[in-house]
Amino acid sequence: MKKESAIQIDKLTVAYEAQPVLLNISLAFKKGKMTAIVGPNGAGKSTMIKAMLGLVEPVTGEVVYQDVDQEAVSYKELKNRIAYVPQNTSVDWDFPTTVRDVVLMGRYGHLGWFKRPKNKDREIARQMLLKVGLPSFASRQISQLSGGQRQRVFLARALAQEADVYIMDEPLAGVDMKTEHIIMKLLKQLVAEGKTVLVVHHDLQTVEEYFDDIVFINQEVIAAGPVDETFDKQTVKKTYHRDRNLGEGE
Amino acid sequence: MLIELFTILSDYTFQLVALGTGIIGLLSGVIGTYATLRKESLLGDALSHAALPGIGLAFVMIQRKELLFLMIGAIVSGLIATALIQLITRKTLVKLDSALSLVLSSFFGLGLVVLTAIQNNPNAQQAGLQSFIFGQASAMLQRDVQLIAGVGVILLTLVVLFWKEFKCYTFDPMFSRTLGFSSKVIEFILSMMIVLTIIIGLESVGVILISALLIGPSIAARQWSHRLSRVVILAGLTGFFSGVIGTLVSSMGDNIPTGPVIVVVVSLFVFASLLFAPKQGLIARRIRKREKQKHFLTRLNDLKEGQS
Repeated sequence: MKKESAIQIDKLTVAYEAQPVLLNISLAFKKGKMTAIVGPNGAGKSTMIKAMLGLVEPVTGEVVYQDVDQEAVSYKELKNRIAYVPQNTSVDWDFPTTVRDVVLMGRYGHLGWFKRPKNKDREIARQMLLKVGLPSFASRQISQLSGGQRQRVFLARALAQEADVYIMDEPLAGVDMKTEHIIMKLLKQLVAEGKTVLVVHHDLQTVEEYFDDIVFINQEVIAAGPVDETFDKQTVKKTYHRDRNLGEGE
Repeated sequence: MLIELFTILSDYTFQLVALGTGIIGLLSGVIGTYATLRKESLLGDALSHAALPGIGLAFVMIQRKELLFLMIGAIVSGLIATALIQLITRKTLVKLDSALSLVLSSFFGLGLVVLTAIQNNPNAQQAGLQSFIFGQASAMLQRDVQLIAGVGVILLTLVVLFWKEFKCYTFDPMFSRTLGFSSKVIEFILSMMIVLTIIIGLESVGVILISALLIGPSIAARQWSHRLSRVVILAGLTGFFSGVIGTLVSSMGDNIPTGPVIVVVVSLFVFASLLFAPKQGLIARRIRKREKQKHFLTRLNDLKEGQS
């Protein structure tokens, strides 16, 4: 088990202002699988992702990734092999920039400090924009995009990172059918290439169709495992109707 | 009138001062673009007001109007104010906007008290200290302009050097952090750049209005382009010409404070841009709406005729 897991979360506890958001989470994400992370609002899904990406400091516990030699390494050591797709509502889409430039940002991590994008980077960005079906949008200002197109731009940016692990926060929230179709097709391609994909997901209807594995979270891990073994009404009920008396906002 | 204008333009002191305010405008435009995009326009306002007591106290300590020392005083009290704002928002239930205005007004009040006390204390050197409130560019000396130009070169170099990092961080800070760009480093450099820009602008534009020079040019520039590079350049140019034109107007009469004139010029640029910008301007948008309405009405008529 330990060998085939791309990411291992070990006894992770995260708190905001002494208010626990995640309690003692231990999980393993398998390489080459698509895993759904589900749970009600305020269950700590985004927080878990942020802890995995080093964006929030855990109180205790750690997250280790497996590198190419199957050695356990921290996020920092492997950051150029991990791509993050934030919720598309997390940025200001009136920002003066073009679709092309946003996708190009996916190359910045590989470039490092001070180095300018090269032709190779521009070419990769162009290809990724083609993949998400927006090649003619390259010069558009990003505010002129629909919600679904924004999400596809974010996915293209992550694809431009050419990573092994893709961590996505609600990539299918509020997108049109066409976008959902394109995103899922591309994610399945990534998994087929042996990459690891984690998706915070809200639509329980599509879990069985889209995902290999599932993690139920509500402050703690309620259940985790392959979808066909783990995904059932009882677990869903347990996750979503769990009494939480910790005063956390919904 | 024309001769008078020519005399001013060819005057060395004017050229020097106009260069100084021009550079200040340029820097405010460039750096202010990041501040407005980061939605921190008000922070500049608080910082500049908070600089006043620092200026006064620095003068009390050295009893001379030595710009560099006064600037250090301004930086120190600006930093104390920033720390206070952060402390208030973190440790109490007071929200950021209230904390900003609270610190802004109390520091500014304290500054006025200190300045009044200095004025009541006879010292030939105190003259011109009041100019920090509304700004008096004519007080600028050659070495002040050299200092401003020096700071300008450093800041513009930083903007070019960190172009990609600043852009990515300003647009999506979380994403930028996951790429391994330290938010602490970027945040620190950006804040220091804003502080320095404010500080060098205090004498000529004044503590009350320097923030308008930070915000105005970038808002005007944003109306004309959707690209960060062009917005930054346009904002810089807008700031530069506002500084020069403002100084010119202020030189034409006695006792016209430079700061307010510069800010009026900036505001004219902003209003003109909001009205006349080709795509986003009010007039362009109104015309587009008209055309849509016309189109809609013709279609409605076509439908009606088809029915009858």
